[in-house]
Amino acid sequence: MSNQNDKHAEVSRKNARTGIIVLGVIIAMAGLSYASVPLYNAFCRITGFGGTTQTADALPDTVLDRTVTVQFNADTHRDLPWYFRPEMREIEVQLGQKGVTAFTARNKTEKPVTGTAIYNVTPLKVGKYFHKIQCFCFDEQTLGPLEEAHMPVLFYVDPKMNEDPDMDDVKTITLSYSFFKAETQELDNALEGFYNQ
Amino acid sequence: MNAANTATATATADDHGHDHDDHKPGFFARWFMSTNHKDIGTLYIIFSIIAGLIGGLFSMYMRLELQEPGVQFMTMEDGSPDGHLWNVIITAHGLIMVFFVVMPGLIGGFGNWFVPLMIGAPDMAFPRLNNISFWLIVPAFLLLLGSAVVGGGAGTGWTIYPPLSSTGYGHDAIAVDMAIFALHLAGASSILGAANFITTIFNMRAPGMTLHKMPLFVWAMLVTAFLLVLAVPVLGGAITMLLTDRNFGTDFFDYAGGGDPLLFQHLFWFFGHPEVYIMILPAFGIISQIVSTFSKKAIFGYLGMAYAMVAIGFVGFVVWAHHMYTVGMDVNVRAYFTAATLIIAVPTGIKIFSWIATMWGGSIEFKTPMLWAIGFIFLFTVGGVTGVVLANAGMDVALHDTYYVVAHFHYVLSLGAVFALFAGFYYWIGKMSGRQYPEWMGCVHFWMTFIGVNTVFFPQHFLGLAGMPRRYIDYPDAYEGWNMVSSYGAYLTGAATVFFVFVVFYTLFFGRRVEANYWNAQPQSLTLEWTVSSPPPFHQFDIQPAVK
Repeated sequence: MSNQNDKHAEVSRKNARTGIIVLGVIIAMAGLSYASVPLYNAFCRITGFGGTTQTADALPDTVLDRTVTVQFNADTHRDLPWYFRPEMREIEVQLGQKGVTAFTARNKTEKPVTGTAIYNVTPLKVGKYFHKIQCFCFDEQTLGPLEEAHMPVLFYVDPKMNEDPDMDDVKTITLSYSFFKAETQELDNALEGFYNQ
Repeated sequence: MNAANTATATATADDHGHDHDDHKPGFFARWFMSTNHKDIGTLYIIFSIIAGLIGGLFSMYMRLELQEPGVQFMTMEDGSPDGHLWNVIITAHGLIMVFFVVMPGLIGGFGNWFVPLMIGAPDMAFPRLNNISFWLIVPAFLLLLGSAVVGGGAGTGWTIYPPLSSTGYGHDAIAVDMAIFALHLAGASSILGAANFITTIFNMRAPGMTLHKMPLFVWAMLVTAFLLVLAVPVLGGAITMLLTDRNFGTDFFDYAGGGDPLLFQHLFWFFGHPEVYIMILPAFGIISQIVSTFSKKAIFGYLGMAYAMVAIGFVGFVVWAHHMYTVGMDVNVRAYFTAATLIIAVPTGIKIFSWIATMWGGSIEFKTPMLWAIGFIFLFTVGGVTGVVLANAGMDVALHDTYYVVAHFHYVLSLGAVFALFAGFYYWIGKMSGRQYPEWMGCVHFWMTFIGVNTVFFPQHFLGLAGMPRRYIDYPDAYEGWNMVSSYGAYLTGAATVFFVFVVFYTLFFGRRVEANYWNAQPQSLTLEWTVSSPPPFHQFDIQPAVK
């Protein structure tokens, strides 16, 4: 009789234990799905996945003879009343050489407007070799009423690209920006977190 | 504990207030407050059949519209094509079939009914949790049906990719939020069910029932439960992010705020690919039981069969991006996902060949469940072969989102998982109800369905190879012929399904009563459910069985 009771209690204990372990796994997996957001960002930043560009403080020491054409593309979201264009269509740079270009942005309204740009390069595989030293896209840009701004970009293409056989076919790199309207404080914080990390 | 011991314990059970006799509660308490695994399994099966009829009705409507070029039925008031309505219907069809037909039927239905019986357990480990699982899926289904009619309906496809499913792109209304909540509830239901299965299988096996002696159906349910526990919370996270993106100003999947819509696809398919194994592994389990019983042989390569399922489960988690070959992934990434996906063909091949080897030299009886099981093996092989074709990134870029893909996944799911549902139904209906279907009716149902579904889906391979894209309400005239054939097949399948409903009612009311082991399962393929009466007592295994 007590034998049966003991047995029953023991199974209940084991069941509760297993149930709690499984519950822990469930919570961990749900947490992992949220953790995937920063992990995915970090992954893109480190590997240049999806054409994510790199940031650098200084130019590399070497400059190679090999050149690539860097083309510039600018898009503006329909909610952002800005004129936004590259000042040059394309430039040719040597690997390791400093590339300088600028974009023009003009606020078409009579109110200050804040915009924020997202960017990448194509071919997507070039992301890890494309370094920016200075870019307007690192920060939000606020333009006063009808204000026009010239926004420089300093970049270089990593000479290490020459050693990567996967990059042998790269003759042209397109650097693309899309400007979106930045509105809320939450949005600002989120973006700062994203770009300044 | 040996049998003699248990017998004494049972005799004195009333002393400490346990209800171990065959006393059934009243109707309301029995069916609405049930904690009995068999009753909950029955509820799941009824639910699955009802949801299946509704989901099937949606497919009839779709095939009706696609029967001829031009838009005849799904029009707006001014007669112009209502493409959004089309999207709403394919979305509802997909979500219903995945979450409210196949999963409740195979896992909630047959799993609940037969896992405890097969391992010699008196019930599931957490009977009240089991009740919650079932009663979560009912409101989930109502929410999903609501999402198809409220606010224009959710026309996102079952994959609910943003930005289409975000606000600002035609889905501002509450419909998508309702669909998300439906998935939350259905997900919670299956997660709780999975926790229950894992605990039951690990802790409540009869003495002697080691893991390596468990019937393959139980193995299948164990692996499925693990996949559910690991995959479904990720879907929960992804759709919660989508929900907050839609309603609370977060930007997980919105470029403008620094998010990435592609992240949703990665999260969705990290869930979605294991999900297809969640649907097919229980089917594998059922087919293994049936093939063994009707070949009168032990299953060929038992351990290989069990660990093939484990392997499929493992590899299933690292192949998800083969659903996303066209999103602009690097060639190396695509090479990896192609190779990893092709590897799945190995354990799947082990299963197919072991079923054939089980039949080889067996004394095969072609009873209805065996017909469905052989039909399953044949059709799953066809779907598996087209799957191997699609696994290749180079092929898939051409075939992505064509009817070839539609044909492929309907061959493995609509004809695979659903054939297993029917196989399980005919195999176990005598056990569940105590009454047997008339054999000729089962055969008629099988042959109508077999011819019907092949007529629906085989021509869709041709349409896909010819370039017909999926998810459109209309098509160029060039695709007319095979679309017409496909629609005729759908009507035959629909007729077969109506006949099935008739078979169900005929069996329940007029079926011949059967004894415990009505299939005459031989000792080498005998599982424990055949040792109890048909239907089993309300509380089975008063004397705990011991397995040698």
